[in-house]
Amino acid sequence: MTARVGIPSSLFYYVHFPMWQTFFSELGIEVVTSGQTTKSMLDEGVREALADACVPIKLFFGHVISLKDKVDYLFIPRVVCLNKRTIYCPKFLGLPDMIRHGLTGMPPIIDIQMDNREGLFSLWKSYLAMGKIFSRGKINILMAYLKARAMAGRFQSLLLAGLHPPEAMAILEKGEKTTRRRENKNGLVFAVLGYPYEVHDQFISVGLVKKLKKMGVTVITMENLPPGKIARANVLEKKMFWTFSDLALNAAYYLFREGRVDGIIHLTAFGCGPDSMVDKLMEITSRDYPRIPYMSVTIDEHTGDAGISTRLEAFLDMVKRKKEADRSRCQK
Amino acid sequence: MPKVTFPRMGESYRTFKMLMNDLGNEVIVPPRPNKRTLDYGVRHSPEFACLPLKILMGTYIETCQMGAEIIVTSGGSGPCRAGLYGQLHKKILNGIGFPADIIVFEAPKSHPIDFLRKVNRLNTSRLSYRAIWECIKRGWEKLKCLDDAEKMTHRVRPRELEKGTTTKVYREVLEWIDRAYTINEIKEAGEAALRAIGNVPVDPRRKVLKVGMVGEIYVLLEPASNLEIEETLGNLGVEVHRSMFLTGWTEDNTVKETAELQSVKDAAMPYIPLCIGGHGQESVGHTVIYARDGYDGVIQLAPFTCIPEIVARTILNRISREHDIPVLTFFLDEQTGKAGMTTRLEAFVDLMRRKTGQPGNLGSIVG
Repeated sequence: MTARVGIPSSLFYYVHFPMWQTFFSELGIEVVTSGQTTKSMLDEGVREALADACVPIKLFFGHVISLKDKVDYLFIPRVVCLNKRTIYCPKFLGLPDMIRHGLTGMPPIIDIQMDNREGLFSLWKSYLAMGKIFSRGKINILMAYLKARAMAGRFQSLLLAGLHPPEAMAILEKGEKTTRRRENKNGLVFAVLGYPYEVHDQFISVGLVKKLKKMGVTVITMENLPPGKIARANVLEKKMFWTFSDLALNAAYYLFREGRVDGIIHLTAFGCGPDSMVDKLMEITSRDYPRIPYMSVTIDEHTGDAGISTRLEAFLDMVKRKKEADRSRCQK
Repeated sequence: MPKVTFPRMGESYRTFKMLMNDLGNEVIVPPRPNKRTLDYGVRHSPEFACLPLKILMGTYIETCQMGAEIIVTSGGSGPCRAGLYGQLHKKILNGIGFPADIIVFEAPKSHPIDFLRKVNRLNTSRLSYRAIWECIKRGWEKLKCLDDAEKMTHRVRPRELEKGTTTKVYREVLEWIDRAYTINEIKEAGEAALRAIGNVPVDPRRKVLKVGMVGEIYVLLEPASNLEIEETLGNLGVEVHRSMFLTGWTEDNTVKETAELQSVKDAAMPYIPLCIGGHGQESVGHTVIYARDGYDGVIQLAPFTCIPEIVARTILNRISREHDIPVLTFFLDEQTGKAGMTTRLEAFVDLMRRKTGQPGNLGSIVG
């Protein structure tokens, strides 16, 4: 019987899942995910997790609970640093510990530490240790690791081509050809900035991206932007410590300066620690660029569908009216 | 003379006032955080920022109104948010029309040149490095005296015969230490202070509970932010052992890690193997050690939305069960009320008393 490894479809799922899945399946290990977020997952998570934690963490608890009886191992790596510069939010660093000590009846948790500041091959060593858990040979693991890296590269290039992570994953899985339709009815482009596990989770973001698309707006997220360019857009004296926050904030700086988007929406979760700073800094920056409207949307476990729709419609109307006003002023 | 101010954290401002004066700056003493401070802070800070950021924001606005031009504060390298406070505060302050500059001191070990440059910038009266070193040494002595006096009150207060005497004596001796200037004067004042607090009439046979305090440094050290929880506990007959003092923290972060911190990290190892920023790992480690040392309970103080403490809290549940030690957590924010906190503390004290078999308040009513 092959071992089954569970990967919760939350947090790092939207960034690293294709790579992890390739790695495990190349080693002949079955990968089980918890799938799309559901209401019951959220309820379970809210019940089990600490009340003061942020929604994504509560949701992660929910995903883990729905997965725990279906798998032999849970894969919750301790991802510390992957780019040699910035680390992840403290909640991510303590994630395996929170799950292990906050929940009961858990299968064994694979909490390999991934920190590439520790040396040239530290990431490979992490994967090697992971493969060793399932007593696979070194060559075997190396092949799987290289294939996983290649997969990560393919995923990244799809994202840079303008796809969102869930679409890119679907393409990689089914081998479909890229069917990127730029249906752009009113020619507006909005940037939705925020952490991948909020923006691309249909349930917790109340389908924000989908709603915007339905309104005929092209949506770009921070995964679609060239990483090198946005890293250079940073104007802070001291950069953000946290990878996702650093990305989101730099993306905002980049987009404000380039001026090619018609509006920027910052999606943030209630009680998110890093975002309290990111959001304020974005807001302060947005005052210097009055031509690009900026809105911040906070989500939590009680966010209603209608409320978000109303805010999006109002924002869209405001942007359109502003455009028309600008145009008529030009013609005069 | 530039007007300098700094964050207020407990009684440590007395030391920084002396140090800044010695360097030739005019000091605007930050007022004790009060309702107005918090109102200013809440109005201008991000909503989900933690309480320390809001209180500091309010303090800075108040001191800027009093004419402060330079704000001196400490930095950090994350992953806790506090490391970025300086940058954010400066942007907000400049945005609302205060042109104050913020000097952020990073750890001298990792940024030695930057540290010296900033010291030079504050060195208005152009003292030599040796003279500055003397000033720092005196400041350090004063800080130690202040911490020792505070530790002493934690021991004496639960045993005092007449409620409130310790606090009264403590307020008085703080002024003695404050007025002392040379190193000998400071030492003398410190000893006199300990003696004075030791002379408070006590009941040596009274059975007191011992409680450890863990959590985030600012809310632990600034009584205005934790609603004088230590005083409240002392009055309930509880001896408080606080896991963190400014002197200990400074030693750990500037010179080298003390043996104590090492043992705390070892104790936290099975639960949380790496530093998650702030004081999350220390909170876990100290709780384990308190449990081993036979304390009756642990109180965790943390600001609302504090990331490392949320992680720690999730793990403390398990430790509480495994080591059989009651843990009470307060997530403090601008809405926390003193009466609510006192009620929770009273209930917690009753719980601990019943657990140890001591007659509690409840016992006396029933009996």
